[in-house]
Amino acid sequence: MKVPDLIRHAASDLLAEYALLIDEDRLEDWVELFDEACDYKVVTRENVEQGLPNVLIWCDNKNMLRDRIASYRNVNEYNLHWDRHVIGAPRFCAKAAGAWVIEAGYSLFQTDMEGVSRLFSVGRYRIEFAVREEAARIKSALVIADSGLIPTLLASPI
Amino acid sequence: MSIEVNWERNDYSRIPFRLYHDEEVYALEMERIFRGPCWNYLCLEAEIPNPGDYRTTWVGDTSVVVSRAMGEGGAIHAFVNRCSHRGAQIVRKTHGNAPEHVCIYHRWCYRTDGELSGIPFRRGLKGEGGMPADFDMAAVSPQKLRLANVNGMLFGTFSEHAESIEAYLGEFGMGMVKRFLHKPIRIIGYSRQMIHGNWKLYAENLRDTYHASLLHEFFVTYGVDRATQKGGVKMDARHRHNMNHAFTGSDTQADALAAYAGTAGVVLDRMRLRDTKLLEHTPEFDDRMNLAAPTFFPNGLLIQINQSLGTRQIRPKGVDRHEVFQTLFGYADDSAEQARHRLISANLVGPAGFVSMEDGEAIELIQKATGNQAQACNVIEMGGRGPLKDLTHRLTETPVRGFWSYWAELMGVEPAGGIR
Repeated sequence: MKVPDLIRHAASDLLAEYALLIDEDRLEDWVELFDEACDYKVVTRENVEQGLPNVLIWCDNKNMLRDRIASYRNVNEYNLHWDRHVIGAPRFCAKAAGAWVIEAGYSLFQTDMEGVSRLFSVGRYRIEFAVREEAARIKSALVIADSGLIPTLLASPI
Repeated sequence: MSIEVNWERNDYSRIPFRLYHDEEVYALEMERIFRGPCWNYLCLEAEIPNPGDYRTTWVGDTSVVVSRAMGEGGAIHAFVNRCSHRGAQIVRKTHGNAPEHVCIYHRWCYRTDGELSGIPFRRGLKGEGGMPADFDMAAVSPQKLRLANVNGMLFGTFSEHAESIEAYLGEFGMGMVKRFLHKPIRIIGYSRQMIHGNWKLYAENLRDTYHASLLHEFFVTYGVDRATQKGGVKMDARHRHNMNHAFTGSDTQADALAAYAGTAGVVLDRMRLRDTKLLEHTPEFDDRMNLAAPTFFPNGLLIQINQSLGTRQIRPKGVDRHEVFQTLFGYADDSAEQARHRLISANLVGPAGFVSMEDGEAIELIQKATGNQAQACNVIEMGGRGPLKDLTHRLTETPVRGFWSYWAELMGVEPAGGIR
């Protein structure tokens, strides 16, 4: 697929930023990577392969995403941990109405407060983004987790 | 095999922590409970609609195939997923459709009802080799489970002596299954969660209504569920099953604010969702409950939280781990809008659920902290000591004691004068 260098760089920067903001626990800033009219969904491969629509997390606009993060910060209890994302190189899949669609594999490790790390999730992203003022903004992010057996619980976003 | 338990009390208001950590206890549970006279939740009939459809599921630590036969008008069978020959797992996929099941090792072949139907080179080759002439395939076929189908919810037992499903679930249990499954359903999908704690901690959690509005602060913060709401706990006559339930909008904001004042860590009504559609709830049952979780000993439950409907199955994976396997469903006649709302409501439940994620953490904290406490016990007195009875309030752990009373009966370790 023919993709301008500017777009390739924007996609690469977007994924780096996406990982860093979650891993550094700057979740409010992570939300700002998304458009107001956005969609963020975490599903498992087991469901996708069966054509089943179930979601683990589904925010169909930015306010739902803000609610998710506010609840994480103030309301929910969860395993105390640090996240570490390792995201592979994006592959460009499609272009439609000024937006680009990329896919990339990820590994997500969690480390507890005593320094014990575990592989928490592997899977892939399918992200639709548009570039405005040289920065990419996410229109939709679909996380398809191969790791359908969630260790303990899923609180911070993938 | 037998175990001994030093009960401090005969009303199960003290449970030794050892029972969550002891390998012998776990092994005996597999034998006396999961392979004993209990009806285990298997799966939903809607998951295997066509002849040849199958799903693999778990009864305790035993892998079981639930299969709709090719013949017999599509009768449903459940059998142990283990080859008669060398013991290899026969069916490797979680689900599918097959006219027969073949073990990959030596290609022994099984019908969709679980009967051994073919053995390669059974007669040998050119008069050499082969199985003995009198080899009886039927005699070694995989063990079948007795099956019960309550409105499409499938239960199985290994025991010839288990009571009827009607008697086992009781009027209350049967009624609740029929409430949830009163018309054809459509499967929405699955979620799985591995909790690093003994399986009984999850079973207890489902019987502890006390924690619901305290641990799951989302409930209280946004008013989905609070102890001041009308509701309560119901149990069957033997106190082995239970149902936590609540009615939305049945308390006032003033009642709730007063009740929770001063509770550390829980501040009522301090936040607002920016997008409130997550909590929109149109009562769809005549009883107008918004929260109902009928839980069936030992491994299953149905659960409604607002518009989210599902089953959960507890799958023990060793003394210190269990998987919670959740199946969400809607109704076949849901409108597109209703179907979408059920999916949005899925945000409430499951491993990432706003009102369920905490359970995994709470259980792991117990498992972590009690492993070296061989002699110590927990304290279960919220809602009172002594006799077990239904309650029209929700500040209770009485069903937890009910669970242990039946557990002790099945395990053959009831204390002298143990309540039932």
